[in-house]
Amino acid sequence: MDGVIGFFEQLGPNIEILGARMPQILEGVQVTVLAAAFGGLLALVISFVFGIAQTVKLGAVRIIARIFVEFFRGTSLVVQLFWLAFVLPQLPYPFGWQLAPLAIGVLALGLNYGAYGAEVVRGSIGSVPKGQYEALSALSLSPVRGMFRVIIPQAWALMIPSLSNLWIQLLKGSAIVSTVLLYDLYFRVEQVRDQTGTWFAFLFALVAYYLVAWVIVIIMNALEVRAKHKIGRGPALSDSLGTLLRPPGGKNVARGAMV
Amino acid sequence: MPENTAPDGATSIGAPHIEFRDVVKRFGDNTVLNDLNFTVAKGERVTLIGPSGSGKTTILRLVMTLEELTGGYIHVGGAPLQYEDQGGKRVRVSDKTRRRTTTQIGMVFQHFNLFPNMTVLENITEAPIHVMGLSKAEAISKAEGLLEKVGMSDKRDFNPSQLSGGQQQRVAIARALAMDPEILLLDEVTSALDPELVGEVLAVLKDIAAETDISMLIVTHEMQFARDVSDRVMMFDQGSIVEEGSPEKIFSDPGHQRTRDFLHAVL
Repeated sequence: MDGVIGFFEQLGPNIEILGARMPQILEGVQVTVLAAAFGGLLALVISFVFGIAQTVKLGAVRIIARIFVEFFRGTSLVVQLFWLAFVLPQLPYPFGWQLAPLAIGVLALGLNYGAYGAEVVRGSIGSVPKGQYEALSALSLSPVRGMFRVIIPQAWALMIPSLSNLWIQLLKGSAIVSTVLLYDLYFRVEQVRDQTGTWFAFLFALVAYYLVAWVIVIIMNALEVRAKHKIGRGPALSDSLGTLLRPPGGKNVARGAMV
Repeated sequence: MPENTAPDGATSIGAPHIEFRDVVKRFGDNTVLNDLNFTVAKGERVTLIGPSGSGKTTILRLVMTLEELTGGYIHVGGAPLQYEDQGGKRVRVSDKTRRRTTTQIGMVFQHFNLFPNMTVLENITEAPIHVMGLSKAEAISKAEGLLEKVGMSDKRDFNPSQLSGGQQQRVAIARALAMDPEILLLDEVTSALDPELVGEVLAVLKDIAAETDISMLIVTHEMQFARDVSDRVMMFDQGSIVEEGSPEKIFSDPGHQRTRDFLHAVL
């Protein structure tokens, strides 16, 4: 019952099977959304902490942040996942933690994508015009205050498109958390595969992930419009609702269209 | 104006407000300033003129500590700014002490450098609140007074991006004045403006020059403005002072061929 022809022949029955399994699939969607949401949130926090840490004057802080970023960027997400799931519990007290599967997924996704995000944050901070730093200096504002009041609000608008991409990648990367016994969307699709065939099951999976990614894009587009408006580039969010629905992979919202 | 707040109280009557002693500034192999010596008296307005690349802007940036001195010393109000001479040893002044000294120095930039994420009013009140320790109400009333002075009262809640270049520069001037500077550095403040907007900015600066006794170090290509506000004009070329004197002297009867050529080219 596989193959393109099988796909069309079996379309009706397959949709029925999918309908019958919908409660479990929706549970999977819920787990995937939770992993992507909390993993994304953790990644955001890590991005900012380690991105900013790489810009401070103190050399030791910069080096520690650098090592962290290199480690989590340079080692495989799958291996990190297995470490958290299978090696961590075997470590001697007090490190022998057996974490819940969702916590493992969130932690691994957050650490891995946070390391990438830290580079985005660092780069965006460096992209804020030099004149802004000089104005802060000329007003004798402290570097910490300047960073949080002036530099980061401007860097935020610059970094959102890249963070948005990372978040979508994190969502898609979350499919591998099923390997540590997390019953996410991918796991549920696998469950129906032998009943519906690979064509149908994986086509459904594509669409499902695409739709979740779209939600992320809408959220990030809204944040971007708002951030740009706040630094005087582009219309208010309330004036640009129509542009938010652009699908994932579409052009970044509000680029060059104004000023 | 408030009393000089030099950290060690070293200010003495008659001491120069700004003093460059044997100042050297190199960018890599490129020597921009070589053994530069000059002083600016308290309340004096000194304009630096000369071809681009002659080191004028670097001088302002050194006073604002936006550039690090390569050699020599700069004193502001009698206190060492970037380096101090401790028994023949050249010692770096700590960032904290530097910042305390630069609190009395204001700077207006060619490209305004307003904070785009803040309103006009917030741009002006940020430093008075968080550096000088004014209350929000005090800072706002002060900012409103300054906005009136620069003719921008009706724009207090605007964002910088909604303003013309001339308006942004007037706000930047108000922002610098809000810190009660004793020294104001003006770095080609009209060079980025459309010609029809230059007048409004220069008019504001002339008023400020007339109404205050702030010492000013000015880099400009507006020779009429230089003539109107300066007590002294210094002609620079290749990192050294070619000649200096009253604006009348420099503009009407320059002593050096180099100055005559330059003035001929720009006037």
